[in-house]
Amino acid sequence: MNWFPLWNSIRIAAMSTVLVFFVGIFCAYYASRLPRAVKGLLDVVLTLPMVLPPTVCGYFLLVLFGTKRPLGVFLSRFGIQMVMSWTGGILAAFVVSFPLMYRTARGAFESFDETLAYSAQTLGLPNSYIFWRIRMPVCRQGILAGAVLAFARALGEYGATSMLIGYTPGKTATISTTVYQLWRTNDEAGAMRWVLVNLAISLVVLLAVNLLEQRQKEGNK
Amino acid sequence: MSLLVDIEKKVGQFHLRVSLEAEQGVTGLLGSSGCGKSMTLKCVAGILRPDRGIISLNGVTLFDSQRGIDLPPQKRKVGYLFQNYALFPHMTVKQNILCGLYHEKNQAKKHKKLEEVLKVLQLEELLERRPFQLSGGQAQRVALARILVGEPELLMLDEPFSALDSHLREKLQVELRSILADFGKTALLVTHSREEAFRLCGEVAVMSGGSVLLQRETHSLFENPQKVSVALLTGCKNIIPAQKRNAHLVEIPDWGISLETAEPVADTLTHIGIRGHSFHPEEQKNAFSVVVLDQIEEPFEWVVQFHFVGQKENTSALWWRVPKQAGMDLQPKTLGVHPDQVLLLEE
Repeated sequence: MNWFPLWNSIRIAAMSTVLVFFVGIFCAYYASRLPRAVKGLLDVVLTLPMVLPPTVCGYFLLVLFGTKRPLGVFLSRFGIQMVMSWTGGILAAFVVSFPLMYRTARGAFESFDETLAYSAQTLGLPNSYIFWRIRMPVCRQGILAGAVLAFARALGEYGATSMLIGYTPGKTATISTTVYQLWRTNDEAGAMRWVLVNLAISLVVLLAVNLLEQRQKEGNK
Repeated sequence: MSLLVDIEKKVGQFHLRVSLEAEQGVTGLLGSSGCGKSMTLKCVAGILRPDRGIISLNGVTLFDSQRGIDLPPQKRKVGYLFQNYALFPHMTVKQNILCGLYHEKNQAKKHKKLEEVLKVLQLEELLERRPFQLSGGQAQRVALARILVGEPELLMLDEPFSALDSHLREKLQVELRSILADFGKTALLVTHSREEAFRLCGEVAVMSGGSVLLQRETHSLFENPQKVSVALLTGCKNIIPAQKRNAHLVEIPDWGISLETAEPVADTLTHIGIRGHSFHPEEQKNAFSVVVLDQIEEPFEWVVQFHFVGQKENTSALWWRVPKQAGMDLQPKTLGVHPDQVLLLEE
């Protein structure tokens, strides 16, 4: 059995999650401090990929990053190609999983008790310390939940991925595109194998979430 | 003087216009909720930015809109005890207190200061606990330790007892009194409780509707509140419109009586006030016939509600507060008030 799809899925999901983690936190933090009207608008734009069919997201990505399109041409100058390459998978997974991180992290930031930050300021703690050592740890439950959800979503991404990077065995194949491809070509046993692999990963992820939550409860309240 | 505040800030309909001076010792900010007390503290701390004005502390300008000075909260050396104490929930007591020593890089000194404050505030036993494992009083001590360890120039306490059960409150007020005395610098205490202000503050600034009405030594403020709103805040129950008759006589049309006063009456007088405790059955001066309407029992006092005989209808009953004692008469024929107990007030 060729394990490439597993490796490819995991690297795509892992890298997109790292990106989503930082960009999502950044957007969530600033969105939570914006005036209501602006926030509403930004919210719609940033959450859109969650409600759009993934194939529509994939279409937009092709329009933006196609090899003859402006962004695609721009990136090709640095030797980066999004279409039909595994790096495009990161982009697709990023776009689709971003709203999950953004929304959960924003909820966590909004419920943060701002007097903690104020008192930290009057105690003389620098703002970067307040953000990374007080705000983030206090909000970590929401942030971690967002990251895990984003990872799970990225791992299962199919629609936008297949539009943007297609299915090339050994090159762009992920678990979900492989399952579809094998089923389509009447290799039911092969599809079944990958379904089981996917199930195993999902179980591990969910167990990890539960464990994290439990530890959180014991350690904090 | 040590603290000088003269600021203005508009937030929606609310207009804060505070000018305030505080010397060494405890100055109370007394006012009902929403009068701008906490907002004033936040401006002094640098959390909120006034629209214009000056804030200076021990000769250091913290804020000056004209000169464009606006020090960040980190540089103001202002300790701020929040109503909910704002302990960091994910840190132990020790880690919380060490946050106050963030800038002390000398480990030996850091350790020494920590030991000192732990001893003074009796926190040695609680070091490894987390905030949710502390009682209200303990949490307050930890929050104070975290502030005091950084040696601020000014200590600001925002309703420090509002999060506590009433039976704990008095005990902790006594504790806080000695902590404040040890602190020895300037402190501002925000409160809406006159008992708290009376017990803890050498001076009181009364705030209402975003500005300071009056700032005075605490005793004289309670003895002579001068303004109707101040009298109300200091707990005066019987306040009524009045007119000047002559230099030592005021007429109260609603009660159908005139009262002698010890203080000379100003032309600007609009109201008088009489505290519930100021009435006495055996007082000969300013004594008038009364009709008792109701008697309400409290743990150590009776509250008697009454009318004067000639009182207009549809006017509120008066309050007479009398400590419980054996053989007392709760249905007196007359009640009198000594002329020096008549508070002369202006709108």
